[in-house]
Amino acid sequence: MKFSLGKWLLPTYVTLAFIFTMIPIAYTFVFSFNKVEKSNIAWKEFTFDNWLNMCDQPVVCEAFGNSLAIAVISTLISTALGTAIAIALGRYKFKGRSATNLLLFLPMATPEVVMGAGLAAQFLNVGISKGFWTIVVAHVMFTLSFVVVTVKARVATLDPRLEEAGRDLYANASSVFWRITFPLLLPGIMAAAMLSFALSFDDFIITQFNSGPETTFPKFVYTAAARGIPPEANVIGSLVFIVAIAIVMIVQVRASLKAKKLRA
Amino acid sequence: MATEFVARGQDLELVGIHKEFPGFTAIENLDLKIPAGEFFALLGPSGCGKTTTLRIVAGLDEASRGKVLIGGKDVTASKPHERPVNTVFQSYALFPHMSVLENVAFGLRQRKVADPLAKATEALQLVELEHLALRKPQQLSGGQQQRVALARALVNRPALLLLDEPLGALDLKLRRQMQVELKAIQMEVGLTFLHVTHDQEEAMDMADTVAVMNKGEIEQMGAPEALYDRPKTAFVARFLGQSNIFVGDVVEENDHSISISCNGQRIAAPKKRSEKHSGKVALGVRPEKATFHADKPDLDSNHNLVGPGEIIDIRFTGVSNQYLIDVPGFGDITVFAQNVGKSPVVELGAHVWVSWKVEHAFGLSDLPLKADNDEA
Repeated sequence: MKFSLGKWLLPTYVTLAFIFTMIPIAYTFVFSFNKVEKSNIAWKEFTFDNWLNMCDQPVVCEAFGNSLAIAVISTLISTALGTAIAIALGRYKFKGRSATNLLLFLPMATPEVVMGAGLAAQFLNVGISKGFWTIVVAHVMFTLSFVVVTVKARVATLDPRLEEAGRDLYANASSVFWRITFPLLLPGIMAAAMLSFALSFDDFIITQFNSGPETTFPKFVYTAAARGIPPEANVIGSLVFIVAIAIVMIVQVRASLKAKKLRA
Repeated sequence: MATEFVARGQDLELVGIHKEFPGFTAIENLDLKIPAGEFFALLGPSGCGKTTTLRIVAGLDEASRGKVLIGGKDVTASKPHERPVNTVFQSYALFPHMSVLENVAFGLRQRKVADPLAKATEALQLVELEHLALRKPQQLSGGQQQRVALARALVNRPALLLLDEPLGALDLKLRRQMQVELKAIQMEVGLTFLHVTHDQEEAMDMADTVAVMNKGEIEQMGAPEALYDRPKTAFVARFLGQSNIFVGDVVEENDHSISISCNGQRIAAPKKRSEKHSGKVALGVRPEKATFHADKPDLDSNHNLVGPGEIIDIRFTGVSNQYLIDVPGFGDITVFAQNVGKSPVVELGAHVWVSWKVEHAFGLSDLPLKADNDEA
């Protein structure tokens, strides 16, 4: 029989890679239904208790709430700032434009340990006590570049003649922005916001340096892992995963419906 | 916000417009007056400054010097949204995130006009697209998008409508059809149209007045018939239709005509159709005004006759044949002959004489450039 790369090797490789990536997620999901006495490492018995009482261990939900709040606030700030920067870089020529472009890549290229430690030192220098808001500042700092890069790609595809047409049709500068530029950039802005949220929500290293006594979900899981992660953490992890998948699926289905409608 | 909007067109006046971009001058010095209600075409090759002129009128570009007046009012310092001007863009620039109807209603909404959707629907009826009002622009064909762009501009009843090669993206048949419709709409609404194009047929077909622009300046302006019949510069003679141009020193000048000597043969043109009467002069004639003869004809002094020359190319274009005749000392002469069965049957390589009436010749104010010659 003739050996066919496409027929056997590729599907086998893809399946293996897929299983390898999915195992930890499946593990987390399955063990969120485990009845736990001391530690959640060995399977005991199936139960819905963890899902029904996920805030029984108050620390888990508090940490989760903190992470959520930090992610939302830092995403709002970095998306607004990043969008403005992206439009400026994409549309206008100004002094220091290429330097700004280059500097924006630095936070993405710098190891998180370095950024986290550096920022912590600055907070110490100016005497700001670490807590919720220092985490927000840190997260805005490192998510901003990702927002700029994502939105800038969208700005590049935006035909400047559409804005000119708006100006020609009696729209002043703010109307042109809100009725034309913003709606057309919205898909890019949304993608940037989701990316920023995800990065902020699961950041550990930079947060560890700048959080002080404040607990976030990744921080809690890391600390708890030493003693065995409580099943409530599995529940929240699974929940986040399910919500993320659901959002992606809804977006995909809506896009394909829209495409179908356009073809009709 | 612009407050005055009129049902009829207004006149446009450009005074000493000069536009400098980093590294080059787009418009040298432009003076132009377009009367209210006229269909005016600005014709020129790409890069001649015609689109820049349009953008300066719309306010999308600022002139380095000079003034723009619309209806006698100086709008040089006004923002685009403050000018009673609307543009139909070359790429249409329809808003992809709005329905056709919302696109058309956009300008009305910005000006807070009452009942924008009803008025937008009316404008769509004018371009016969009301049945597509709820579609998105990308669901329409090129011709339909072009009409939406037109409706979106017209609905505002601007004092001046600017058209930036709006038919350039359409195929030939659709283009001719849209030309007829556009002209009909302009007559119907009575607005002033400023149409920018590089298509000379389009300009001549639609416009009341055509201004031929070259290298940032207007070379000649007038009714299409007048421009075609009597071009005054070599550029106009060649850009607007084709021309045979001959250069020589003036050897005779009387009350009615001037004659130049070209390689020993004389060519004459009426004095009143000539810009220059002495020195080195270029005379021209349109290819369809010239005829050729298999034998040397016996013609009176009202005709120019050159030859013999050799036919080096014959092109069949449907309604006419185009002959390229190489006459020693004159270069290549183009002759168009209608396919009505009257032309002599000739073959490639045949030797013929070319003649045309003196009254059809025209004298230019300048001499053709070498580059123009190569192009022609």
